[in-house]
Amino acid sequence: MRRFLQVAWLVVRKDLRVESRSKEMLFTTLFFAISSVLVFSFGFVRAGQAVEGAAAGILWIAIAFSGTLALSRAFERERYHDALQGLLLAPVDRPAIYLGKLIGLLLLLAVVEAVVVALVTFLFGAPLFRHGWWLVLLLSLGTVGFASVGTLFSAMLVRTRSRAVLLPVLLYPVTIPVLIAGVSGTAALVQPEPDLAMTRLWASLLVFFDTVFLTLALWTFEPVMTE
Amino acid sequence: MERIEGLVGSTAAGVWRGGCCAAVTVTLLAVGMMLLASGGGLDAAQPTEAAQDGFVPMGDIPPEDQLPAAPLLVAAYAVVWAIAIGYLWTIWRRLGSVERELAEVARRVGGREP
Amino acid sequence: MHRRLFPALAGLSLCFFVVAPVLIVRAPYESTMGLVQKIFYFHFPAWMAMFLAIFILGISSGIYLFRRKPAADRLAVASAELAVVFGLMGLITGPLWGIKAWGVWWQWDARLTMAVILELILVAYLLLRQYGGAGSDRLAAGLGLFAMANVPFLYISTEIWRTVHPRTSVVPTLPVDFGIPLWWSLVGFIVLCFALLSVRSRLEEQRGALDQLYLAVEEE
Repeated sequence: MRRFLQVAWLVVRKDLRVESRSKEMLFTTLFFAISSVLVFSFGFVRAGQAVEGAAAGILWIAIAFSGTLALSRAFERERYHDALQGLLLAPVDRPAIYLGKLIGLLLLLAVVEAVVVALVTFLFGAPLFRHGWWLVLLLSLGTVGFASVGTLFSAMLVRTRSRAVLLPVLLYPVTIPVLIAGVSGTAALVQPEPDLAMTRLWASLLVFFDTVFLTLALWTFEPVMTE
Repeated sequence: MERIEGLVGSTAAGVWRGGCCAAVTVTLLAVGMMLLASGGGLDAAQPTEAAQDGFVPMGDIPPEDQLPAAPLLVAAYAVVWAIAIGYLWTIWRRLGSVERELAEVARRVGGREP
Repeated sequence: MHRRLFPALAGLSLCFFVVAPVLIVRAPYESTMGLVQKIFYFHFPAWMAMFLAIFILGISSGIYLFRRKPAADRLAVASAELAVVFGLMGLITGPLWGIKAWGVWWQWDARLTMAVILELILVAYLLLRQYGGAGSDRLAAGLGLFAMANVPFLYISTEIWRTVHPRTSVVPTLPVDFGIPLWWSLVGFIVLCFALLSVRSRLEEQRGALDQLYLAVEEE
């Protein structure tokens, strides 16, 4: 178990080191997230004012879209110079590589989400910080669910043709339940009288999804990546 | 019998290896269930609609209620039949073309052998 | 698959389908929904057949992923296509029933939403098999497992959330007069599912044989 976590941590450190040199993924994903929020807010404007109750949906759609962008880049780097082959040939538990990639992605998305939440609060006047910890819980659980499936699919597709278009095609149907739970929970939180019971319900559903998806992903990563 | 045992054994080993997350999984599921149980009582908020808890039989219904539903009913059954038969037909067509191609390639291979 | 399996199963399911309308016509009307409720006798079995197909998809995907048996992969492709077909039946008969019973074609309640999602996942599976190129068989097997993981959520969705959709618990408590045509149609659909599975996996088998033959020709 200890070795497993050590390997995962090594993968995270490697990705962080590579990323810190160019910061390419961070800036492009961040910019894309901000653009998405702006485009949606323009789309949902009536008489110069943003539509009521659109904040939760726009928040999560921005996360989904920028998450997909980050995912498609996550394993793209490994394609060059057969880095992926090298990674897979290492005498380590393959699921540890998956976990390392997942954690790296979650760190990136955490930064992106912090910016998106601030932007949505600013643009929509949505009281997202009123129950800050509940929001953090929902975002964490939802992002873990989304990213766990995404990392698996992105790794699966890295050697497939049409991978750029197939990733969203495969990813969105499977993660729609996670997104629905996230949106519904956040909406219950930001409505004029916050319904914490509903938020708790959706959070518990997210726990279920995360558990099932993470377990499946860890279990299937090895056979799927084996030639 | 041995093969089945071997299959079961190695599958079980695979499951056990994958089940290093089993304890975490069970804990998370238990936490989720507790949250779910405490967040219950949504029933009161939702309206009850037609025949949710059981179908209740009835005798003949008044004629003015029958006609609008009949086209829908007929359409529903027609759609099911159409999809089933249509799908079967597509399989038949694909199977036919593959078997034709198979025969042709086999003939080519057979013809090439001296 | 044995060559005589398909005609036998198809013939059997045809018997069920020929008798079904007689039973359905003789079934009593439901008190709140009237005539249109009779769509139920094909709507429910279509979804059950889809669940069966997804179950088979999940199991054979798992077997293919961990044991690499080619027959399991063929079965997975066949059952995915079947699940899309039966899901389509369910998704079309549902609104036809709903427009009369609820007054709307569609509602975004838990069960309908999950049903659409499931159908999307299966279509994505087929797209992957078609356009993914080499290696997509294993990736699709992974996706098949995720599809099967979503089914329990769909099944219990109306138990957790009270929605306009009749609950699953309606079925075991059905009065006998409703029960007979339902179980008859259900058996008919299940036999049809197995019949279509047998012929569809035969198609995959023949395709595999053709590929092998082409490879052998190229090697010469």
